[in-house]
Amino acid sequence: MRIGFGLGVALSLAAVAAALLSFLWTPADPTALAIAQRLQPPSPAHWAGTDHFGRDIASMLMVGARTSLAVALLAVGIGMAVGVPLGLLAAARRGGLIDEAVMRMNDLIFAFPSLVIAILITAVFGPSAVNAILAIGIFNIPVFARVTRGGALSLWTLDYIRAARVAGKGAARISLEHILPNIANLLIVQGTIQFSLGILAEAGLSYVGLGAQPPTPSWGRMLAEAQTMVTLAPHVAIFPGLAIVATVLGLNLLGDGLRDALDPRLRRAR
Amino acid sequence: MTLLQVRDLDVSIRGTPILAGVGFDLAEGAVLGLVGESGSGKSMTALALIGLLPEGAKVTGRADFAGRDLLAQSEAALCGLRGREIGMIFQEPMTALNPLQTIGEQVAETLVVHGAAGRAEARGIAAERLARVGLPQDRFPLSLYPHELSGGQRQRVCIAMAVALRPKLLIADEPTTALDVTTQAQILDLLTGLVAEERMAMLLITHDLAVVSGTADHVAVMQAGRIVEAGATEAVFRTRAHDYTRRLFAASAYRPDRRPAPPGGAAPPLLEVRGAVREYRLPRPAPFAPHPALRAVDGVSFALGPGESLGLVGESGCGKSTLTRAILGLDPLQGGEIRLAGQPVRPGMDPDLRTRVQVVFQDPYGSFDPRWRVDRLVAEPFHLTGRPDDWRDRVGAALEEVGLSPGDGTKFIHEFSGGQRQRIAIARALIIRPDLIVLDEAVSALDVRVRAQVLDLLARLQDSHRLAYLFISHDLSVVRAVTDRVLVMQAGRIVEDGAAEAVLTAPRHAYTQQLVAATPKIPEDWI
Amino acid sequence: MWPSSLAAETPGPDMLAYLARRLASLALSLAAASVAIFAVIEVIPGDPAAFMLGLNASPETVAALRAELGLEGGRVERYLAWAGGMLSGDFGMSYTYRTPVAELVADRLAVSGPLALMALALAAGLALPVGLLAAARRGRAADVAVMGATQIGISVPNFWFAMLLVLVFAVNWQVLPAGGFPGWQAGAGPALAALILPAVALALPQAAILARVLRSALIETLGQDYIRTARAKGLGRGQALRRHAFRNALIPVLTILGMQFSFLLAGAIIIENVFYLPGLGRLVFQAITQRDLVVVESVVMLLVAAVILVTFLVDLAYAAVDPRLRHRA
Repeated sequence: MRIGFGLGVALSLAAVAAALLSFLWTPADPTALAIAQRLQPPSPAHWAGTDHFGRDIASMLMVGARTSLAVALLAVGIGMAVGVPLGLLAAARRGGLIDEAVMRMNDLIFAFPSLVIAILITAVFGPSAVNAILAIGIFNIPVFARVTRGGALSLWTLDYIRAARVAGKGAARISLEHILPNIANLLIVQGTIQFSLGILAEAGLSYVGLGAQPPTPSWGRMLAEAQTMVTLAPHVAIFPGLAIVATVLGLNLLGDGLRDALDPRLRRAR
Repeated sequence: MTLLQVRDLDVSIRGTPILAGVGFDLAEGAVLGLVGESGSGKSMTALALIGLLPEGAKVTGRADFAGRDLLAQSEAALCGLRGREIGMIFQEPMTALNPLQTIGEQVAETLVVHGAAGRAEARGIAAERLARVGLPQDRFPLSLYPHELSGGQRQRVCIAMAVALRPKLLIADEPTTALDVTTQAQILDLLTGLVAEERMAMLLITHDLAVVSGTADHVAVMQAGRIVEAGATEAVFRTRAHDYTRRLFAASAYRPDRRPAPPGGAAPPLLEVRGAVREYRLPRPAPFAPHPALRAVDGVSFALGPGESLGLVGESGCGKSTLTRAILGLDPLQGGEIRLAGQPVRPGMDPDLRTRVQVVFQDPYGSFDPRWRVDRLVAEPFHLTGRPDDWRDRVGAALEEVGLSPGDGTKFIHEFSGGQRQRIAIARALIIRPDLIVLDEAVSALDVRVRAQVLDLLARLQDSHRLAYLFISHDLSVVRAVTDRVLVMQAGRIVEDGAAEAVLTAPRHAYTQQLVAATPKIPEDWI
Repeated sequence: MWPSSLAAETPGPDMLAYLARRLASLALSLAAASVAIFAVIEVIPGDPAAFMLGLNASPETVAALRAELGLEGGRVERYLAWAGGMLSGDFGMSYTYRTPVAELVADRLAVSGPLALMALALAAGLALPVGLLAAARRGRAADVAVMGATQIGISVPNFWFAMLLVLVFAVNWQVLPAGGFPGWQAGAGPALAALILPAVALALPQAAILARVLRSALIETLGQDYIRTARAKGLGRGQALRRHAFRNALIPVLTILGMQFSFLLAGAIIIENVFYLPGLGRLVFQAITQRDLVVVESVVMLLVAAVILVTFLVDLAYAAVDPRLRHRA
């Protein structure tokens, strides 16, 4: 499993590095049109070839990484920022009105896949990267709320929480001092899962035109544009897809490795 | 006739030796008790015999059972033996049954899997076996699911499954440890009855010497993977040749040196409970029917004087945990009141009042936040008084008082054993100098020798700090050793209240008599 | 594998009460979802008619559209009218196509529906044996292979996978159509043939997820005490897995299955783009571009209702599998 984790770290870092590096340097200008060089296969001049406008695909991939990673990251941010406090609140007031309300809200949002939320938002506000972030982020909220609540509930019955109550601490303080640090591992692992799912979701939304709009590059849109040319020049469709697979795979492996690394340490405590 | 002969049984798991040179004989229809503390290897011995050791286990030696060496059998052959020739029951009845299958199916499965009966016939035999273990059809239909039964009843189902095919040997791994004392007595009776009727041999594994004295003809004492002494039960118990056996005995019957409580009378009571009622609302049985209420605590009244040691005994479900939580001000009462030093106790009470009562819980493993260092853990009650600047020194002093060293404050809780953790729990309870410490089954999860040490510590501290203890336990012998007065609780009410020695030697209430009678005892003249 | 008691149980009073509670929950969820959708579509843009017609429309055109769409009146009345209409099968008129939305949707559903179901069946059919195999051979070659394959499977975007499938099966080998849908009137054969590649593209990543969940649920179940009891009764490892672990492991799998259905629907909509299938996806994306809010509203409601319905069915399945749920209030 060590190989898996190492591979995961490598792939994830590669994606992040490519995204960050793209601010300073790319092999060629990703927006430069050069119709004369359209649909060239990979070569030393163009590592991933060129697309139907002659743009360098490798450069486009690097810049596209920014979009995918940023959207997915912000969506996780939204999910955690709203979902975790709600989950903690629901667990602290278990069985009460707040708990019921949070669970019902969760159920409601779960009925709306992020694509559907994106459709709703886009119908009213038009497509954009921000809408993609919102759509994916809103769907992340009940995910984190549910995981937080579940983890917190299993801790509330433990004796050390009772000991903290006997020491006069209230629910809010206990949630912050005892519960949150002990579910942090759960949240980190879930965060990486939602991050990788977010990248897939962003790709899907861009593919159907609901995500980042031109000129902001995006892997999903690259695939949409490549679709008509897939028979003539398969590389135009293959490379963006591989970029997505590599990044998501890397994050999944990273998440798995983290889960294995973080859990046994706690279990060994017994 | 010797049924089972074990010789030179060595087991190691991933290189760590677990058992060394274990050997014993078991005759047909006899009962052999395997006693020892946790980690002594008794369960591993059983698992080795039946071939269910965890992955990575290496086994050498011989175990001759009815002409075959169990340790040399193939997995397929062992599957044929398990359930048919050798049955086994385990410690935790609450999780031992498949929650999705009825009890009838699970008992019948033993028969069906061994091809001993077709499905219809198997159900008939299952019904008969369940009736034999005390679960007759009219009250316990075969279509019941495990979650509809209590712990004792589930253990009976496990026994029915294990003896369905009338095996020659039954291995019982701590079968009653998780059960109440009255249920334990019934299950042990059931087991000895089955042994007698069906000429079944039994290998009874337990940590409880008293249980062994009442049930086993022969005993083998285990320590650290070896058998240190073995022989006929009475002989071994009387002579106690080996040093470890002596220490085990001493610890079982241990009574710490205690100063008897100051004469009560004059001082006002520290803790007063008057007519306490705690009710739970149950789910509705039908859509518009009213919610039934469960009275977990039904009009409890008692008083505890300063410096006194009061015991509260009862079996699971009697309401003692609920009462405890109310006394600690964690849960509200629906009726009656609780007063500590004259002031009312309830959730949200004054922090100053909280400083007068602290608690030690049962589970040394769940009592501490695994991410906090020990010094921070012990200092947590300072939240009530404000943390003094010299808090680290105070923590160090508290740790020393309980027999640890001040340097232990920088470690994490997982670096300590169960007994050490309970000491740290006691340090935490003491740090703000309360008047009353509630000990909620505080020694129940400890091995018998560690338990003796902790009881010693508690007695010493009570003396030096003039503490009052509310000692909650299901274990009558422990309560007898450390308390002046005892309350007996049943179904939410106090049924008896008196001096500990008196109540436990000459109980007046029928329920207390039942409890005392059910408690296994080593015969007086053996000690 | 299924004990006879499962078939023999008739719903007792517990089960009926549970069913009643679940139905109430279903109705509540549908109502809440409809309010949310209504709020976004009809309330947020301010004036839906003005929104649909754009900035340059004259006030008279806007007023005419408002009257046509029934946008006069307060929000509550409009919501009730809309909800009531849906319950009686009236989903309004599409502004762009001038046809009842119900008809449009029904046509597209005839493609999206079977696609989703085929994908679900394929995914479940593939995942079950694979997950079982991996759990039974835990740590050995088969398990490692399954984990590796599924790890890649869950990382692949289904629409990209679809493009690859088209390249291989339609372009190179020419055994299946690359896109388009001949319609059910052309016969079940050609229609299904057009749906095979999309269904496979949808199903494989889902199957990977399901297989992993089943595997981990089985492994967790195999560590439970009642498995040890079963072994002590004489059951072999395989028997214990089939007779005891499997049914217990279904519970977490059912949870995931319910959630995965919503992803499946979303995936179906996206994949229609790769294969130029005339399904709900095309309908709703065109509607967005054309600002046909009536269509968007109805299609979204339908999709959400489908997910809620599946959740309801999963809850029923839970009760069928786990007796503890039926007896608890």
